[in-house]
Amino acid sequence: MSTATVTRPGPGGPSGPAAPGSPSGRPRSAWERVRTYTPSSRYLPVITTAALFVGMFSVGGARYEGFADPQVFLSLLLDNSFLIVLAVGMTFVILTGGIDLSVGSNVALSTVIAAKTLEMGWSPYLTVVAVLVTGTVLGTAMGLLIHYFDIQPFIATLAGMFLARGLCYLISVDSIPISDETFQTWAFASVDLPGGYYVGWTSIVALATVAIAALVLARTRFGRTVYAIGGNESSALLMGLRVASTKVGVYAISGFCAAFAGLLFALYTLSGYSLNAVGMELDAIAAVVIGGTLLTGGRGFVIGSLLGVLVLGVIQTFISFDGTLSSWWTRISIGLLVLVFVVVQRFMTRRQP
Amino acid sequence: MSDTLPKVPDTASAPPSAGDGPARPSPLARALAHPLLWPVLALVVLLAVNVAAQPGFLEVRLQDGHLFGSVIDILRNSAPIMLVATGMTLVIATRGIDLSVGAIAAIAGAIACTQIVGAADQGAASVAIIASTTAVAACVLLGLWNGFLVAVLGIQPIIATLVLMVAGRGLAMLVTDGQITTVNNDTFSDLASGFVLTLPIALIIALVVFGLTAVLTRRTALGMLIEAVGINPEASRLAGVRSRTIIWTVYVFAGFCAGVAGLIIAANTSSVNANSLGLWIELDAILAVVIGGTSLAGGRFSLAGTLVGAVFIATLARTIPTIGIPSEANYLFKAVVVVLVCLLQSPKARAAIGSLLTARHSKGATS
Amino acid sequence: MTQTDVPPATDDVPGQATDDGPTPATGPQPDPGTPVVEMRDISITFGAVAALSGVSLRLFPGEVHALMGENGAGKSTLIKALTGVYTIDSGTILVGGREQDFATPAAAQGAGISTVYQEVNLVPNLTVAENMMLGREPRRFGMIDHRAMNRQAAATLERLGLDVAPGSVLGDHPIAVQQLVAIARAVDVEARVLILDEPTSSLDSDEVAKLFEVMRRLREAGVAIVFVSHFLDQVYEISDRMTILRNGRLVEERMVAGTTQLELVQRMIGRDLEVLDQLDREPASAAPTRGTPLLTAVGLGRKGSLEATDLELYDGEVIGVAGLLGSGRTELARLLFGADSADTGSVEVRASRRRLRSPRHAIDRKIAFSSEDRKGEGVIADLTVADNMLLALQASRGWLRPIPQATRTRLVADYIEALDIRPADPNALMRHLSGGNQQKVLLARWLVTEPDLLILDEPTRGIDIGAKTQIQALVADLAAKGMSVVFISAELEEVLRLSDRLVVMRDRRKIAERPNDGVSVSDVLEIIAGEARSEEETAHV
Repeated sequence: MSTATVTRPGPGGPSGPAAPGSPSGRPRSAWERVRTYTPSSRYLPVITTAALFVGMFSVGGARYEGFADPQVFLSLLLDNSFLIVLAVGMTFVILTGGIDLSVGSNVALSTVIAAKTLEMGWSPYLTVVAVLVTGTVLGTAMGLLIHYFDIQPFIATLAGMFLARGLCYLISVDSIPISDETFQTWAFASVDLPGGYYVGWTSIVALATVAIAALVLARTRFGRTVYAIGGNESSALLMGLRVASTKVGVYAISGFCAAFAGLLFALYTLSGYSLNAVGMELDAIAAVVIGGTLLTGGRGFVIGSLLGVLVLGVIQTFISFDGTLSSWWTRISIGLLVLVFVVVQRFMTRRQP
Repeated sequence: MSDTLPKVPDTASAPPSAGDGPARPSPLARALAHPLLWPVLALVVLLAVNVAAQPGFLEVRLQDGHLFGSVIDILRNSAPIMLVATGMTLVIATRGIDLSVGAIAAIAGAIACTQIVGAADQGAASVAIIASTTAVAACVLLGLWNGFLVAVLGIQPIIATLVLMVAGRGLAMLVTDGQITTVNNDTFSDLASGFVLTLPIALIIALVVFGLTAVLTRRTALGMLIEAVGINPEASRLAGVRSRTIIWTVYVFAGFCAGVAGLIIAANTSSVNANSLGLWIELDAILAVVIGGTSLAGGRFSLAGTLVGAVFIATLARTIPTIGIPSEANYLFKAVVVVLVCLLQSPKARAAIGSLLTARHSKGATS
Repeated sequence: MTQTDVPPATDDVPGQATDDGPTPATGPQPDPGTPVVEMRDISITFGAVAALSGVSLRLFPGEVHALMGENGAGKSTLIKALTGVYTIDSGTILVGGREQDFATPAAAQGAGISTVYQEVNLVPNLTVAENMMLGREPRRFGMIDHRAMNRQAAATLERLGLDVAPGSVLGDHPIAVQQLVAIARAVDVEARVLILDEPTSSLDSDEVAKLFEVMRRLREAGVAIVFVSHFLDQVYEISDRMTILRNGRLVEERMVAGTTQLELVQRMIGRDLEVLDQLDREPASAAPTRGTPLLTAVGLGRKGSLEATDLELYDGEVIGVAGLLGSGRTELARLLFGADSADTGSVEVRASRRRLRSPRHAIDRKIAFSSEDRKGEGVIADLTVADNMLLALQASRGWLRPIPQATRTRLVADYIEALDIRPADPNALMRHLSGGNQQKVLLARWLVTEPDLLILDEPTRGIDIGAKTQIQALVADLAAKGMSVVFISAELEEVLRLSDRLVVMRDRRKIAERPNDGVSVSDVLEIIAGEARSEEETAHV
């Protein structure tokens, strides 16, 4: 038999310990392939999260009137657009086996800078650029510390967290409203969908971010290097991959995403406040974990993180629809979900020492 | 070295007197190499800044049998961080980290306050004692939980404790029913503001826990075993060290310390806000440990360094308003301190600085 | 693998195009025309220690070049110098006649020098194809073209005769397959030089045969292969030329054909052999006091590391375990100590039958074990000599009962003196000690617990000759005092010199056990090789 025909990998490709002698040689009909399709173990967590989301949404729809309305789903996207963008950046970092604690503060800083500069009369476009550049520079700086001085991601981004929060207070301790017209227009811009539904522009932007990130991770050398570093950093180095620029790059991306999320947050609240987004890094990390990304790196997808954010959102919606449940059940259930995913991942990775 | 052929040993065996070993340094060099030098120096600098800005800064006066003064205040305020950092030091020494201590502190405050409020005689000393004991016991249970995840299930500490960090404040709110619970109990508030033997009770509690920890780790073999587990877990296991028990114990201890710290914080305002009590104290505690010279990579730890680190953080919080900067900018300074300390500890950064100073070419092959 | 001939694959590989079809294993004739790589007079020092001094290496296209030497001879340092991991202090590296200075592994790879290490240096979470193509994936419109990538990977795999699905996740495959994928990746980088650093240590004989097949194909395609292996038979089977190193110096470069194994071993070991001979111990008093055994292992085994093995140990007896790396000798030691838990069988200590499930169980039964991995499983680098020495004793006492200061001082001082540990400073950090002195501290760690049985896995590896003789003398002395010792070493001479009884391991099982009454190195080699020949049916001298 010849191995040349084994080239049929892709998502449904036979994985598992089927080393030599995998099914090959004879052509398989499309039906055959559908029938025998078993998702690669790599996709299982994402599928689980998707099932979880659909399940919760269905249960909600069955229990509460108006829950199953598509507009509820669309508002879910709208209310969490900033978290989606944040989780995208966090996914890059966690895929390399790192962590970024600074994103919450970075969001706050972005809202404050946006509000302050607009108050000073800057052009909204200039404001956007300034915010994005600041966030990216902050992320890059942390990446440089982490890679070139071997400082643990945890502690380096802790410094970034303090720095960003400190800068916030330096700029303004009080909340600054945003009254700029362009920003207001952006904030309320939406696209009408058939059936009287509408989707906010910020949600579309957030989804576009997910799509771009997914493409970058799957189809660029940078993206594959991110996975390689998460799989085994020293191997990646020995394979001659651009480990340094990639590692710094993911923190830069995370910083950029945090700044971008900050802009979306500013649009959402139309203000800038130093106390914004306290602990939001935890939500982002939780979303990534619930989305099936391995916290030790190397495995996961941005689409999972999107689903993770949606699960977090649907929990909140659930609780607000219920009315008898208190808000703190959100945190507790997020914690429980994280626990379940972490423990299951632990046992899944233990099998292959 | 060319003709002593048979004597050329393997690569690892330099002659004992070779330059890289610690070969009888001068007293000055020894002092300079002392691990506590930098933290103490930083603290002294900070104190000097304070004295410069406020000449009466160091004054301490005795009034009504209590000591008063900025320094006493700072020490009193540092008590919670000191407590949490003491537990954190041992956790970090085993290569771990505990992110959940802030949430645990909030739970402790929540349990104690709701119990006191719910008691028949809210002001009784016995009520305060029972409530505090219950709260600390609950925290020990939470520590057991963290330890279980880390030591038994083998989940990475940062991830394992993240669970409780996320869920913990929710649990605290569950206890307080989301309310800011205010208590009226003198015994309880004495935890934070009371004095015994002229000293604040909070400080005494922190110092007692600290002292007991120091005795327990350094007078028994516990400290050495913790360090062994932190430096080389596998070698320790093969030498028969019960590493699982040790790791489990340090998380329980961290939970205990966080609980006591939570009580003091709650007592300080005689109230508990589950959302904000002990917020980011885990980060301050980690910072204190790092400033104190204990490496986040585990292994050798310095409790004395942690003490200095905790006082340093409390002093920093005090200094910033004193020198006329808004107190919120505290964070900026902490960021700078974190980066500086990490750079000082980072071998790569040291090498870079070293090569800059000596301007000699450094070799790529460092171990 | 039973595959029909795969088409010749010489087109894309640079170097001379040899014809396909099997060439005799003798390899091409040495043609010292232009070496593809030449290292001249390479020296590297770490701190005050010379790791390499004046070593040279020539690699010709289309040859398998064995790099021979004991542990610590400088093989891996030399390889790391060639691959840009270490910077050389002096000497020159010529690639294709031109001087090169590799600052990074990437630079060396760019020059066509690829390395496959003993541990698979790939990423387990990506697919086989991705692992092969990482960093040079085919792209369309700036995006990775997965189909083209899988196609290219499949082509390379096919060229090497490997039947692996390019789309499967690497981590799902056994180590051997991962190793072969690593080679496929290395070859795909248009390698002119392929360095294989102990690639066979975790492979079984079928897998080794497969690897050799791949190596032959590459050799035919004109690749120069550097082969590092502890297995002499394998070296003789596949290599054309060899360079022998000892103590960081070049001993000799010579053709494999025409060098007997004895000559090779003598050159590798050098004068050390004579020095060691002075220590010769009385051949064992056949069977010391028998009576009840100290330890009885029945059917002790663990999946993937040791087949069911029986063993009896008596007081005051030294059992030597001989066998090549990967023969199961280390695994046997770990199972006896409970460092790994056994799947089958039991260990009975002084007639109390109980499975040893953890090192603590073993230690409680007065068994001690010093691991071959001194750095990873022995030394606590940042603790002092005293703490390291007393760790096991303290662990068995529990943390609440610290060893009294006076006892502590006395014990440590005694052992430092008895074992001649240098520096003789109880408070010196373990990391500052040399390998030999670290090993002595680790021995002392167990001796202070006064064990009945001491299991020593490679206690003399990588340490200088002085310490080596001291440790051997110590083992003999301990046995004379009634302690039972399991002594495992790659050096057969050492095993034979010390042991009363000899256990020979191969392929993860015990193949022979006999009293050490005048057994010679060649006898043991014959036992091992005899099995090897009959099993593998390899036809070489």
